[in-house]
Amino acid sequence: MVTIQKEYLNALPKKVIDDLKKELPKDISEKKLQKILDECVATYESMKVDPGESVGLVSAESIGEPGTQMTLNTFHFAGVAEMNVTTGLPRIIEILDGRKEISTPMMDIYLAEPYSKGEDIKKIALQIKETKLKDVASEIFINIADSAIEITLDRSAMKAAGITDAHITKALSGAKAVAAKLSGDALNVKAKSKDLSINDLYKLKEKVRVVHLSGVKGISQVLPVKRDDEYIIITAGSNLMDVLGLPYVNPKKTVTNNIHEVSEVLGIEAARQATINEVFKVIESQGLNVDIRHIMLVVDTMTASGEIKGITRYGVVSEKASVLARASFETPIKHVLNAALIGERDELASVVENVMLNQPIPAGTGLPQLMVKAQGK
Amino acid sequence: MSDVYLNGKFVGTTENALGFTEKLREERRKQAIPPSVSIYHDEESDEVQIESIKGRTLRPLIVVKNGRAVLTERHIQQLEKKEITWSDLVKQGAIEYLDASEEENAYIAFREQDITPEHTHLEVSPLAMLGLAASLVPYGNFNQSTRLNAGSKNQKQALGFYAANYPVRMDMDVNILHYPQKPIVNSIMHDVSKYEKHPVGQNIVVAIMSYKGYNMEDAIIINQGSIDRGFGRSSYFRPAIAEELRYPGGLVDEVGIPDKDVKGYKSERDYRYLEGDGIVYPEAVVDEGDVIIGKTSPPRFLSSMDEYSLTTSIRRESSVSLKHGEKGVIDFVLLTENEEGNKLIQVRVRDQRVPEIGDKFTSRHGQKGVVGLIVPQADMPFSASGIVPDIIFSPHGIPSRMTISHLIELLGGKVGALSGRYIDGTTFDAEPEERLRKDLLDMGFNENGTETLYNGLTGEQYKAKIFIGNMYYLKLKHMVANKIHSRARGPIQLLTRQPTEGRAKEGGLRLGEMEKDTFVAHGASLLLKERFDSDRSVIPICEESGNIAVRDILRNKSYCPIAGENVTINDIEMPYAFKLILDEFKSLCIYPKIELEEKY
Repeated sequence: MVTIQKEYLNALPKKVIDDLKKELPKDISEKKLQKILDECVATYESMKVDPGESVGLVSAESIGEPGTQMTLNTFHFAGVAEMNVTTGLPRIIEILDGRKEISTPMMDIYLAEPYSKGEDIKKIALQIKETKLKDVASEIFINIADSAIEITLDRSAMKAAGITDAHITKALSGAKAVAAKLSGDALNVKAKSKDLSINDLYKLKEKVRVVHLSGVKGISQVLPVKRDDEYIIITAGSNLMDVLGLPYVNPKKTVTNNIHEVSEVLGIEAARQATINEVFKVIESQGLNVDIRHIMLVVDTMTASGEIKGITRYGVVSEKASVLARASFETPIKHVLNAALIGERDELASVVENVMLNQPIPAGTGLPQLMVKAQGK
Repeated sequence: MSDVYLNGKFVGTTENALGFTEKLREERRKQAIPPSVSIYHDEESDEVQIESIKGRTLRPLIVVKNGRAVLTERHIQQLEKKEITWSDLVKQGAIEYLDASEEENAYIAFREQDITPEHTHLEVSPLAMLGLAASLVPYGNFNQSTRLNAGSKNQKQALGFYAANYPVRMDMDVNILHYPQKPIVNSIMHDVSKYEKHPVGQNIVVAIMSYKGYNMEDAIIINQGSIDRGFGRSSYFRPAIAEELRYPGGLVDEVGIPDKDVKGYKSERDYRYLEGDGIVYPEAVVDEGDVIIGKTSPPRFLSSMDEYSLTTSIRRESSVSLKHGEKGVIDFVLLTENEEGNKLIQVRVRDQRVPEIGDKFTSRHGQKGVVGLIVPQADMPFSASGIVPDIIFSPHGIPSRMTISHLIELLGGKVGALSGRYIDGTTFDAEPEERLRKDLLDMGFNENGTETLYNGLTGEQYKAKIFIGNMYYLKLKHMVANKIHSRARGPIQLLTRQPTEGRAKEGGLRLGEMEKDTFVAHGASLLLKERFDSDRSVIPICEESGNIAVRDILRNKSYCPIAGENVTINDIEMPYAFKLILDEFKSLCIYPKIELEEKY
């Protein structure tokens, strides 16, 4: 291993230094090493972004321009996958808007040994899949006379989902408002309080229908697949917190596409990385070539405040310091009136305001300012 | 048991729906029921629907019985001898009209040889599935349907001979092609629609090759000699209209040469073509800005002062003149009255349009293109026999669009032109390509239509054989003369002081939001500032109140409407649109203060 002089350690990123250490021959002369390192530092410095470069705008253009081609591609992808997954432009919009409710939440659950080798994979998948009472009922109807709900159980469905009578009685015994009685295939759920109105009874029926029996809440479908010598479970629906708690899951590799969930469970740094991955995945799947640094910059602005903020008028745009800049992006009247109420002051420090006033913008050649004040008499 | 509905209303039931419909149809063929009545048996819901209401599209089909068409050779002979007519065939039950729903019950053979015992009908012609415009595309069955569609759409935009009485008509925006021809490669539909009475194109020689890159991206190259011989020449007609309107108080517009004291008087030069009655004389050569109809209107507002003043109230100039970019010759002057009995003057301006770079041409196969270069005949490629193409078409237009009909028409046109006959290119029923090739070979040409051409500039022989032949080309109504537009300075809007929008108003070309972003991305901040000063204005600002101050030039004084006269007032440069938004804020009871500070 080559030893590199101290002064270069701070001048170059760690990755470059590690690469140099690996690539350079051990018996390199001091002089040559010096020359190579100087060259590296010079190249590295020249690659840095210049002061005053409009990086945000360049990112916006770099993502926006290929985005126009994406709109057309989107249609071809719908319905191709086994599970219908939102990709393409709608997905990008969904992520960058920072939407809480995403249209197709999904998880890739990686498993711990020996399950990752395929052992009991079907059984585990079934355990993760959420089963509700309606999934194992062949009939649910309201008995108005007895103010009760009568359910006929579907034995074959129960067997397929691995549900026993004990599961059902246990799930229903927890409820305060009802008393359940199971005899054969007939399940009778009676409200404890007498004389319920039909309306209340109907509401009760809707509640009973979705009583959770087994599995992880929110996981509506499971699909075991093999990915690079490893069995994983792809799910429709997402519940990162509960899935990570399962003993047979590999928590280090398991991911969800719901970035808000990642933010809640693993924190904002993880959410940042998850967002970058999700955006990049879509752009890559469309066969487009966008440098990942552009996406990083956008996601950094989204997550810098410690929580995920969308690129919307409620998200990062509302954080802008300038009234004029905010007003120029959607709902101008709202922003101007609120600014008037609190007597806001616009420092004209950013680009948009200066374009409006036709002043040189503080970017590019407009950035340098005179620092010395003339001392005339 | 099936329900029977008449025009959607339940009228009864039938035990045997099939027999019932069959019987009804027989009655219709015997003229017991009108031929426009449709009988439809919906097998899925087991209903019989009988429709006689208006608004259903019906189409004629030949009736087939027991695997044989009812229409026989004898009928055709009688038709040819004019012993019977089409409606006789309907009366005899040989032809019947079906609507869209009854068609569901029919099994229609495409050609006579396809008929099996199951068939109930036969197409009158395979061409019947196409509309009028689509069936005017020769060899249309060799194309992708999208191209056929584009080809028929293009034909609708072609210049031609739209009405024989055009010299006495006053239509808006009309074009007439000067030497229209009947296509060499035509179809049955050309005869049926009497196409030779209103043709829209010309037969010309087309070579498929490149020429110095001036025909890339679908552009075409035109021979200057062909233009001189009249190819693609057209006239553009456009009427100017003026009315003598009546106003309340007995005031009225007056057509005539305006007096010099009229408000808004142009210059004497602008009125030079007007005759004594205030209207131009026919065949005057007019240019932009020239007045065609001189007219004055009464003043817009009658103030009390004017009523008592001794001088007659000043009238306003309201002449009709040629707009920016328009020119032409006065073709026709019409004096009449409108519905209200007001005097109505219409003056038609004619402008000859010789093909120029940017005019749009097309063949009949959706192969439209714009003229990229006009080449002197001497510089055009030529063949050993001295044939020079009129148009050079780029070969890159062919592979991706797959318009085979374009190629076959070229071949067919060549055969037709050489042997002096018309080629039948009717879709599905055309003269086969093999015969065209054989004819070419018999006449001593390459059977594939290629010829050895020589470079018109150097005289060298081209290494490749060039595919050359005759085609029917159309000039489309999109001509640069109607679209060309540029501006350095010009009119501005009253409200924002920004340039007007659109060609008609001689407007500017907007540097939009996204274009602005490119300047910002380049960091070209001062260039951006320069681009955006179309509405630059200098506004005096009061430092005390931050308000817009007043500069009274008459009294040579500056003051602030809020802080008074003893304040410092500075001139600040800003876009007028920004001053406007500040004013709008004020109208919303928001007080935008401008704080000034030293720049350096």
